[in-house]
Amino acid sequence: MIRPFLAVLVRDLRLAGRIGGSGALSLVFFLMIVVLVPFALGPDLNLLSRIGPAILWLAAVLATLIGLDRLFQADEEDGSLDLLTGAPAPLELVVLAKVLAHWLTTGLPLALAAPLFGLLVALSPAAMAGTSLTLLVGTPALTFIGAVGAALTASIRRGGLILAVVVLPLMIPTLIFGVSAADAATGGTVPLATPLLILGALSLVAGVVGTLGAAAALRWSE
Amino acid sequence: MPRLCENRIDNRHGHAAFRGALRPSSALPGRAGAGYTARMAQGFFTRLAQPGRFMRWSGAALPWIGGLSGVLLLAGLYLSWFVAPADYQQGETVRIMFIHVPAAWLGVFFYGAMAVSALGTLVWRHPLADVAQRAAAPIGAAFTLICLVTGSLWGKPMWGTYWVWDARLTSMLVLLLIYAGLIALWRTIEDPGRAARAVAILTLVGAVNLPIIKFSVNWWSTLHQPASILRMGGPTIHPTMLYPLLVMIAAFSVLGIALHLAAMRTEILRRRVRTLAILEAERLDAPSPAAQAA
Repeated sequence: MIRPFLAVLVRDLRLAGRIGGSGALSLVFFLMIVVLVPFALGPDLNLLSRIGPAILWLAAVLATLIGLDRLFQADEEDGSLDLLTGAPAPLELVVLAKVLAHWLTTGLPLALAAPLFGLLVALSPAAMAGTSLTLLVGTPALTFIGAVGAALTASIRRGGLILAVVVLPLMIPTLIFGVSAADAATGGTVPLATPLLILGALSLVAGVVGTLGAAAALRWSE
Repeated sequence: MPRLCENRIDNRHGHAAFRGALRPSSALPGRAGAGYTARMAQGFFTRLAQPGRFMRWSGAALPWIGGLSGVLLLAGLYLSWFVAPADYQQGETVRIMFIHVPAAWLGVFFYGAMAVSALGTLVWRHPLADVAQRAAAPIGAAFTLICLVTGSLWGKPMWGTYWVWDARLTSMLVLLLIYAGLIALWRTIEDPGRAARAVAILTLVGAVNLPIIKFSVNWWSTLHQPASILRMGGPTIHPTMLYPLLVMIAAFSVLGIALHLAAMRTEILRRRVRTLAILEAERLDAPSPAAQAA
């Protein structure tokens, strides 16, 4: 069980490293959105620091979407998805490894880069730490939910737009608790632990539902 | 493609989902000790759900169901216009509620119907479940939209604004967005069988998520608007308004069932036309026997 899991994980990480595609790209996209918001709202630092965690979370949600359409599509196109589906290892395991690799190359960099980008919207150190922590806990939920959409649209040409339409409503709870946990980190009426624990629960539930759903979608789409 | 062709002829009603793996549900491994009546009932519904038989009984029942919904609607509208009193606070605008509440109920109900149909598609691979699911989505979305529109029309005189980020409004809006995603996914995938399975998976994932979304929107709303006075309903409803409302809910439910049956019939006919067109194209495409022998 462990060996095929690690094999797929290492393969996808290597692919991501050698192609150098979506990970760096979604990081740049993340930065783009953070830069665009002050242009729309004006350079008022007080306002920006107040809504900074919300901006970073919104940017993270959108940046997660960027690389998702290629999650299964590339394998679908070159036929390796058929081999993975037909392999003796359970498809759920393969999906889990692929999604984990995807998160390691997109979600994790976003969470780690968040403090740096937080400087642009004048976040206090506590808010930076809070936002980074919530992104670390919450982005797996985004990736796993997105994986279902990616699996459903794997064989559709130009599936990116439909992927976003299908997946974004399901990301609303993660966004709500991510932002409220990040806000709670800088003080507020709610203690940090409450939304943070719910955010963790959302990630775990999404891990189960997303893995099963994506595997089912890949299996049934033949 | 003789194999495909055979399959399609075999399946006269044009359901691509009708693959070889389909067994009649009476042949499903039943749990030992399952009640006889349960099996009887299952057999009865299985027979009713055969597409050909479905077309016959639904065709016969549809005018009656439609007529019943018309009668109930007239009665409900009369009750809510002339019998129910105007509210002491809200005045005549309270009458919007008689449309608004049944629409909200049906918007949610049809999502439930889709989730059940999705199970039918994935577990039993029943072709009629595909059809039921596909037909339910636009109807549910329409009722959700009616609920939102009537709600915001009511909100303008009552709250002074068309839209408030109230928890219930927001949940209904998210429901509408999910409906939109499902319909969009269905329109993107061409093959009806594949589309049905994809939409079924998404419906079930959405069904798992809907309570979570509802819960988080409630949390979010109380976080952002403490002590909200903008609440519909308020005190318990007076009987003079309750009975018209119940009649309207019944009328809308029967109307929803009638619309659903009609949409299912349309969808079945659409698939028959599609299958016939494919067969015709294959017939025209087929090489002559001489060419085949060569």
